Amino acid sequence: MTLQADPPSSPAIGADLERLDGALKVTGTAPYAYEQPVEDPVFLQVVQSTIARGRITAVDTAEAEALPGVLLVLTHENARRVASTDDLEFAVLQEPDVAYRGQVVGAVVAEDAETARQAAALVRLTYDEQPHRVILDATSTHPDSPDLYKPAAVNPSFETDTEQGDVEAGLAGAATWVDVRLSTAWLNNNPLEPHTTVARSHGGALTVHDSTQGVHTVKGTLATVLGLPGEQVRVLSPYVGGGFGSKGNPHPHEVVVCLAALALPGRWVKYAATRQQMFAFTGYRTPTVQRVRLGADADGHLVAVSHDAVSQTATVKEFAEQTAVVSRLMYGSPNIRTTHRLAVIDVPIPSWMRAPGECPGMFGLEVAMDELAVAAGLDPVELRVRNDPPVDPETGKPWGQRHLVECLREGAERFGWAGRDPRPRQRLVDGWWVGTGVASSVYPAMSMPGNEARITALDDGCLEVGIGAADIGTGAWTALSQIAADALGVGVERIRLRIGDSDLPNASVAGGSSGTSSWGAAIVGAAGAFRVQHGARPAPGASTTAGMLDVPGADDVAQYSFGAQFAEVRVHADTGEVRVPRLLGVFSVGRIVNPRTARSQFLGAMTMGMSMALHEQSVVDPRFGHVVNHDLAEYHITANADVVDLQAHWLDERDAHRNPMGTRGIGEIGIVGTAAAVVNAAHHATGVRVRDLPVTADKFL
Amino acid sequence: MRPFAYVRADDAAGAVATVAADPEAGFLGAGTNLVDHLKLDVERPGLLVDVSRLPLDAVEDVEGGGLRVGATVRNSALAADRRVRHDYPVLSQALLAGATGQLRNMATTAGNLLQRTRCVYFRDVTTPCAKREPGSGCSAIGGYTRYHAVLGASSHCIATHPSDMAVGMAVLDPVVVVLGPGGEKRIPFAELHRLPGDSPERDTVLEHGDLITHVEVPAYPAARNSAYRKVRDRASYAFALVSVAAVLEVTDGRVADVRLAFGGVAHRPWRALAAEELLRGQPATEETFRAAADAELAAAEPQPGNAFKVPMLRGAVVAVLRDLTTAAARAAGTGEDR
Repeated sequence: MTLQADPPSSPAIGADLERLDGALKVTGTAPYAYEQPVEDPVFLQVVQSTIARGRITAVDTAEAEALPGVLLVLTHENARRVASTDDLEFAVLQEPDVAYRGQVVGAVVAEDAETARQAAALVRLTYDEQPHRVILDATSTHPDSPDLYKPAAVNPSFETDTEQGDVEAGLAGAATWVDVRLSTAWLNNNPLEPHTTVARSHGGALTVHDSTQGVHTVKGTLATVLGLPGEQVRVLSPYVGGGFGSKGNPHPHEVVVCLAALALPGRWVKYAATRQQMFAFTGYRTPTVQRVRLGADADGHLVAVSHDAVSQTATVKEFAEQTAVVSRLMYGSPNIRTTHRLAVIDVPIPSWMRAPGECPGMFGLEVAMDELAVAAGLDPVELRVRNDPPVDPETGKPWGQRHLVECLREGAERFGWAGRDPRPRQRLVDGWWVGTGVASSVYPAMSMPGNEARITALDDGCLEVGIGAADIGTGAWTALSQIAADALGVGVERIRLRIGDSDLPNASVAGGSSGTSSWGAAIVGAAGAFRVQHGARPAPGASTTAGMLDVPGADDVAQYSFGAQFAEVRVHADTGEVRVPRLLGVFSVGRIVNPRTARSQFLGAMTMGMSMALHEQSVVDPRFGHVVNHDLAEYHITANADVVDLQAHWLDERDAHRNPMGTRGIGEIGIVGTAAAVVNAAHHATGVRVRDLPVTADKFL
Repeated sequence: MRPFAYVRADDAAGAVATVAADPEAGFLGAGTNLVDHLKLDVERPGLLVDVSRLPLDAVEDVEGGGLRVGATVRNSALAADRRVRHDYPVLSQALLAGATGQLRNMATTAGNLLQRTRCVYFRDVTTPCAKREPGSGCSAIGGYTRYHAVLGASSHCIATHPSDMAVGMAVLDPVVVVLGPGGEKRIPFAELHRLPGDSPERDTVLEHGDLITHVEVPAYPAARNSAYRKVRDRASYAFALVSVAAVLEVTDGRVADVRLAFGGVAHRPWRALAAEELLRGQPATEETFRAAADAELAAAEPQPGNAFKVPMLRGAVVAVLRDLTTAAARAAGTGEDR
């Protein structure tokens, strides 16, 4: 085997390679967690609380235990004590307290899944029920509202409030201003593959097949919570059927399955969440209430940007969505103020959902920008161009690459924006009001520290590349193989990638659009070390484990990706039905590793953004406290028939600041701004401004 | 999910006898609705008698006109039937508006008529529901009502019947042929489904052991100018917010014959007799259509959360009748066979 020079003359990066795991997936043979062949398994079903707040006062498991085939019934009365309650999300079956409806308060293990389900329904719990509050009814978004509190920081570690200049003075002197109150809905991540955990305790070691975005994250959490040495916990997750953030960290089911496995040593305990359970305890996007105030001078330059955001958190633990952070950097203004407040109510713990913070926040900002454009009589593309800041308004740092204007210009050209009549409610075609709208997209370019990869020369002339990364449908199997091929100077067919196993070198979570950047940089770093150690003709068995290298000057620039999305919306004049016949996005995201999987990421995210705009809404019944439309027949996501002409394009570029590949990250930016583009187009079509998502037919009647 | 016994029926009479003899027994058709309910613990049968393979899967011509549709004819087969598409487009369109291609390939004619409501409280055994447990009250009242009734509801139940096909059939006045423990019964379609009243646990007038074997659709030449319009938030795979089935015959610019039925607004397919009466003989204009819709909707009692259905339904009625008026004029102008 001979390694060619780096960079290679015909790089694998940029090649339109089919997914290496594509055949396995379309033939149904990719082994997901639940399909992992395990010997003689038993099946777990959880028991969920039927009150939203209170205490369990009595437990009667006799009927459940009497059912033939039942092996174990766990409740807080008999479950193993956890070793750490630092994170109360994982203190499962430890106390009789109930903090939200649908909470895991028990579990049944039986010889078959049906018996487990039947027995779970036979566990009788008596409650002392307390009054609950489950609706984010922040009638005021004022930061001083008594119902709300100010968290110490917002996710992951941003300042809660910021103020530059004097927003009130800016607004007072503005030639045009808007003051807009908007809201986004409670949304539940719905990956096709449900959350799944299959675990066995054997000789003191715990092996876990999990559906997760990060095997090392799960391993670390389980070791800490269960009080096991890290080397005795192994988590495997080679194939994952989507996560969208909800598998970014463990949830109570992982702990409860492992508690059961520890109680039944030697037996594989299998659990897959029902769709209804995925609306209860596997994470969701908090609803938000936002107030955005924008002021512009006579030339359309922003003289004030004010963004107040309210979201909800659980009593169990804090989750502070960083909704207004985008307004700190998106447009230039001498006066920018942002605030975040939380309502702590009796709900499940909010969690990550594709572009947390940016997605709801850019809905608020970009709808307000459209309203400002209308008020100022300016074209909405032009308004954004005029307010493109030369440096990051928040830090004063130069931009790594800020190509928002290029995205807007190219998008306008491709979409046919020129000559658009700005007046709303002017075009009635075959009974449908037709309009167009635009919004910007943004997402930070992130890499996570601590990644390592192991390169090993194999007997057959191939190179094994191992890292505990995750492919949650994004294409990581393929993209990482391409990166490794170039870094090692061999063809992709010579790369044997191994991911999704915590026995492999440490990898960060598939989140924050950081996976390819972080894992890829580690692979490049390890490849360089491998070459140094073993030369261009490595002997079979030669192996090197190493991590990513620092990119000089990375902290000296503001690193973001940008995009522009254009939507055409039709609203039926008689019935109010809303359709999106066209959606077009142009993105600036650094170098593209694989155009096929990249396009899939953009199209998927834009579809999800359309879904947020038009359909998705977890309906919480305030009397009961849970999401009542908790299945995919009633919780609508955009379906095939809703997607007509969907296009994603990107600028041809490389980013020198983030990592050696020249990439940034592409998994999330496509959902940012989509909903605003749809709302803005719906306003252009009808003259009706919908500020509360989703944009449903009734809002036009 | 509870254990249950399963037997496959050899013939209709045997199936009826088996179910009639066991109060815990029920019929299993394609199972596209029932199997969900077994998993959700909404249905708890002791015995399921599988009737999906009975020889009732033909669409036959009836002497003198009309069609006799077997109970196990699949939705996709009925929608694609040439006679249905030509003579009863409203029925074909209604079938194709429902569910997905995969479900329509499984779902049966009788099963579709007997599917249960999609009310989220009915489908969740942790919330009270009088349809599921008589006397336990209606959780939808004061709750999530987007898919609930505005016509003919009661304080015990505001659920809607979810079928599209049934709304399409309602304007064709079919006869539902039933084999019961006491022999064959012929039930006019309009009498099959009930309003909830104080016994919402009963969706239809069928008695325990009654098995639908056929639906007989009479000849009705006017139905060649007919349509089904389903209004929903997404373009496919969603139950109706409201829907309209309509047959319209226009002569010299006036309504010669009309039939209207609404879906998504009541516990049963809602035949709009008041609107029909108002329309007959009147000019086929939007103004008349709107007035007719308003006449029918005068009785509407929306819940907080579904008052939009009244203007939405009015808009849908106007849109459908306008389109059918145009189609009638085009057919008359070209001398086509309506």
